[in-house]
Amino acid sequence: MNESRKIIIRLGVIFVGLVFLIKLFSIQVLSDNYMQAAENNILQRIIEYPYRGLVYDRNGQLLVINDPIYDLMVVPMEVEVKDTTLFCSLFDISKEEFVEKYKEARQYSVIKPSIFIKQISNTEFARIQDKLINFEGFYIYARSVRDYPYQTLANALGYVGEISKNQLDRDTTGYYRMGDYIGISGLESSYENDLRGTRGVKKRMVNVRGVEKGLFKEGRDDTLSVPGEDLMSTIDLEIQLYAEKLLAGKVGSLVAIEPETGEILSIVSSPSYEPSKLSGRVFSENFVKLSQDTLVPLFNRPIMAMYPPGSMFKTLQSLIALQENVVKPDEFIYSDGRLIGDLAPNGYYDIKDAITYSSNNYFFKLFRRIINQGDDPNPYLNARYGLEQWRNYVVRFGLGVRLGIDLPNPTSGYVPTLSYYDKIYGKNRWKFSNIYSLSIGQGETLVTPLQMANLAAILANKGYFYTPHIIRSIGQDGLPDPKYLIKNEVGIDTIHFEAVIAGMQEVVRSGSGRRAYMTNIEVCGKTSTVENPHGEDHSGFMGFAPKENSKIAVAVYVENAGQGGRAAASIASLIIEKYLTGEVKRKWLEDFALKGEFIY
Amino acid sequence: MKRDSNILNNVDWITVLLLGILIIMGWLNIYASVYQEDADMSIFDLTLNSGKQLIWIGSTVLIFVAIIFIDFKFYESVSFLVYGVIIFLLIAVLIFGTKVSGARSWFELASFIRIQPSEFAKFATALAVARYINIPGFRFSKPSNVVIVTSLVLAPILLILLQPDPGTALIFFSFIIVFYREGLAPIVLLIGFIFIILFIFTLFFSQIYIVIGITMLAIVVIIFTEKTFFKIGGIVAVAIITIGFTFSLDYFQSNILKPHHQKRLKVLINPDSDPLGDGWNVTQSKIAIGSGGFLGKGFLKGTQTKFDFVPEQSTDFIFCTLGEEHGWVGTSLVIILFSILIIRIYFLAERQKSRFARAYGYAVGSIIFFHFMINIGMTIGLFPVIGIPLPFFSYGGSSLWSFSILLFILLKLDAHRMQILLR
Repeated sequence: MNESRKIIIRLGVIFVGLVFLIKLFSIQVLSDNYMQAAENNILQRIIEYPYRGLVYDRNGQLLVINDPIYDLMVVPMEVEVKDTTLFCSLFDISKEEFVEKYKEARQYSVIKPSIFIKQISNTEFARIQDKLINFEGFYIYARSVRDYPYQTLANALGYVGEISKNQLDRDTTGYYRMGDYIGISGLESSYENDLRGTRGVKKRMVNVRGVEKGLFKEGRDDTLSVPGEDLMSTIDLEIQLYAEKLLAGKVGSLVAIEPETGEILSIVSSPSYEPSKLSGRVFSENFVKLSQDTLVPLFNRPIMAMYPPGSMFKTLQSLIALQENVVKPDEFIYSDGRLIGDLAPNGYYDIKDAITYSSNNYFFKLFRRIINQGDDPNPYLNARYGLEQWRNYVVRFGLGVRLGIDLPNPTSGYVPTLSYYDKIYGKNRWKFSNIYSLSIGQGETLVTPLQMANLAAILANKGYFYTPHIIRSIGQDGLPDPKYLIKNEVGIDTIHFEAVIAGMQEVVRSGSGRRAYMTNIEVCGKTSTVENPHGEDHSGFMGFAPKENSKIAVAVYVENAGQGGRAAASIASLIIEKYLTGEVKRKWLEDFALKGEFIY
Repeated sequence: MKRDSNILNNVDWITVLLLGILIIMGWLNIYASVYQEDADMSIFDLTLNSGKQLIWIGSTVLIFVAIIFIDFKFYESVSFLVYGVIIFLLIAVLIFGTKVSGARSWFELASFIRIQPSEFAKFATALAVARYINIPGFRFSKPSNVVIVTSLVLAPILLILLQPDPGTALIFFSFIIVFYREGLAPIVLLIGFIFIILFIFTLFFSQIYIVIGITMLAIVVIIFTEKTFFKIGGIVAVAIITIGFTFSLDYFQSNILKPHHQKRLKVLINPDSDPLGDGWNVTQSKIAIGSGGFLGKGFLKGTQTKFDFVPEQSTDFIFCTLGEEHGWVGTSLVIILFSILIIRIYFLAERQKSRFARAYGYAVGSIIFFHFMINIGMTIGLFPVIGIPLPFFSYGGSSLWSFSILLFILLKLDAHRMQILLR
């Protein structure tokens, strides 16, 4: 019996030893969790947020700057607040909030800092700075938010906000972390990678009380923060401010482009908002307000709003007809009001006069020639062929496709395709008589103000354009996105522009665009009075100046403002005057535009 | 002179060697656990635990020499006297002792020397129990013998519980191995084991489930046994007694165990239930050991222990430093060394001719075994957090002295085993 007991006791010892060996093997060798947890224990990441790049206008004026703000951090283990009421009143929070936030922080970590109060402004910080020593365990981290010397260009500049859960999930680069700021719209979004810079991370070892115990891995993993690149924009601040003033109180858009470069001088969306409203601590409150506003100030109209082009489209129709050689510049076609409603008097029109008087019937006939060019006896097949040809031209003008502007989510507008009509009427069941409204820029075609400004630039350049863009240099002496250096030919011979431009000049001199006329500057333009089934017509104008070596091409849409010759032409003309001469002498016109009573 | 060399030749040097290795490893780990990179620290610095431990280690050599050269018959003869003195000290410490972290366990002799009588109660009790078992005619089947030998163990347990120091008191249950070896019926062990299982169950399951469980078990057993009146009656009686016991356990837990003791037991099963409170020690201890990996971070390269994430790093949680800096290789080595040492001690005990020496040897092996089992089990989450040292390894003079005296007396007895005549 003693023999067996002796052995049982020894086996007991061996059993315990084996259990220990196995358990230790599982936690030391098999599991990585403990190694990770140990690193988490001692590692403290000190993030150095880089300064976000600034944005300048074309003359070196600052449009977007950074403003220091402060995050109040808490390390629960060190917290000692003797007077919670004082703390709450100092930071303007309720006692419940204090308790809630403290609980959250504790749940995150007792020994690592977490954000207690976000985005304390500079002035607030000055007020609390010296009282902070009364509250142990609270620290200040400096960060920065956007600030704007001029309350302008809000929709184009966009805003910066805390990264959302969704964006974090979609971020494949692994750069972003919870609580990071990211460009959400406008330039802030499209140039996010240039603007943000690179975050610096310093890794420190800390002991259980959060006391620093030196560099982690001798600082080999540490990185310095690199400030973001500045953006040199093409915007002319003065023109931008003036344009916004002119469009104030109206719903509409303005886009001004320098034709020979595609640089956007001004891009206005109205109504808009003050950009500083979407920066810093007030962000969420204001964002809710703005996104519920029925006038949708967050909607970037120049690149997102779609309108029929209206009569402005007649310039493009003329060019296609000339290039397709279905009409000669000096050929007169008799037009009366029988085919389509018209305001132009009956009579013989050549291209120039047809544009000047905006003869609907002339363009009806011209468009019919373009569509029915084929010699197939079947009019249905002819129309197919014709529309296909026509559409190819239109698309080369940047219509019906997204212009690659450096702002997020531009709409492509719409130019109807063959399949569109096939779907409505059935395959080969439609012909010219079904699609004639395209001739005068009504019907299914939809364009954005940006696309119309680009059309004006093409006309000014007599056949080519550079994709409109807002940033001409990433970094102080950098380059723009290479795609903005590519010259886009539209496939119309230069010679064909003569007659069209002559007509546009006459529009301003004696036609519907007379308000845009100036004695000292040759303005060429075309008005649109865009039919609007929901209310008053929209007022549109597109033009450029001077006639030769044009410096500015403009498109303006003012919603529900009636004739194109009134609101839109006036505003466009004032912008041209301001840009080319530096001042506006025609106070009467300015008053007319500012007053905004266009319908009578 | 001839006699001296004879004695030294008879000492079991294998045990001494194992002991020496463990003490040196412990010493290095004590240094590692107090080492701070930014401070210029020497392992010999007397203000550090490592320097102090070196003094304690040096003094154990003196203890060794003293114990070896005292006549071996002396230990058996003074057993009851030593036991009596220690019991007296255990009573005295309750009155005159210094309170350290809530327990009155220490005599403070000078500002730097503190003595913990409960440490010395271990070898005193071992001597007394061995001495009593050696009384001619002692048998575990004799109730009076059982009562007295059990009382010898229970007396220090009760006095130490009064301090209160339940960890040290728990160690005295190691004597059950001695009793078992010396003839205690295994059924007693089995019953004890079943009660421990029930105790753990009552912590985690509601009373009603345990009652149902026991009833079901009883029914199953009845179905599969001979259905005689006595057997069924016996099973029913056992079931009723067991159920009654769980009720008394329930009472014990909710009325006698303090909430923090209950928590510690629960944390053992699920440390995540309270990772910042009672689970903290277990969690951090496992993190430190687990982060060591296979080979460890290297001597003095540990972070968890140095940055104070692990509590009591140089004493009760010394095993964390070993695990973190030397990995599985280090922990395995120490576990194997301890297992060999304990089995070697049982082997020495077994080869004694006198019952006194054998029972004493078993007591020594079992005390070290319990310390080893509870201390390491605690650091890797297999045992509740109980503050007891790892023998020869943890920092602390009282514990090193007490284990050395314990073991050296056995070595002395062993060296003279041939001089014993069998009765």
